[in-house]
Amino acid sequence: MPPRSEGPEQVPISGDDDVVRVRQLVRAYAQQTKLSLVDQTKLVTAASELARNTLIYGGGGFARVEEVNDGRRAGVRASFHDEGPGIPDLTLALADGWSSGSGLGLGLSGARRLVDQFDLDTEVGRGTVVTVTKWKR
Amino acid sequence: MERVPILKIGGVLLVSIQIDLQDQSVLALQEDLAEKISSTGAHGVVIDISAVEIVDSFIGRMFATIASISRLFDADTVVVGMRPAVAITLVELGLTLGGVRTALDLERGMKILGQLGRGRTT
Repeated sequence: MPPRSEGPEQVPISGDDDVVRVRQLVRAYAQQTKLSLVDQTKLVTAASELARNTLIYGGGGFARVEEVNDGRRAGVRASFHDEGPGIPDLTLALADGWSSGSGLGLGLSGARRLVDQFDLDTEVGRGTVVTVTKWKR
Repeated sequence: MERVPILKIGGVLLVSIQIDLQDQSVLALQEDLAEKISSTGAHGVVIDISAVEIVDSFIGRMFATIASISRLFDADTVVVGMRPAVAITLVELGLTLGGVRTALDLERGMKILGQLGRGRTT
């Protein structure tokens, strides 16, 4: 799936196979931006954790992937949107080993460690948006 | 959903993951393997992940689960062929795969299982 050269690409997350699709899309962007193999792997792994969160905890949603440039360097940004219950206690949710579901509790905290920038926007009852960016070194 | 095939070589079951794993395939593999170990009496399981581009917490947990299940059937599990980028990512993710035996490649993995299997009374 070759990424378009301009504008973000959006994919729905409503099932198991969509998580795989998100991984493939993020990988295509990471390759196009020429991130190192290790950085590609880190970003795709983070995307996989976050897409699964969107599906399981957010009740589904969508992912948006785009190439970004801050004037000095290029990077890949991926955001994960849901209209689920939101996260009531962020400190707890970002702590290692904490999980509200059947997971290992590494999803959010682990994904955060794998990327350069991590933004979490959540409101109880409204939903959650997690945005991650990996810059080219 | 794609299923991961399980091959039998002597007393060892070989699982070579060649697809982009979705969670359902992971769960199906755990069930298929338990069934196969039980029905064949295999003493070892090799999971070849040399073609796997990412291991996230769900897939990582599968290795630990499969190792625990095989132990209940008196079988050992070795994960082989992990890519360097995957190893680096796993460590940073915080996943230790505690208790899961690993080997550099299939050959070494089979050798380890051979050594572990020796002395068995089957």
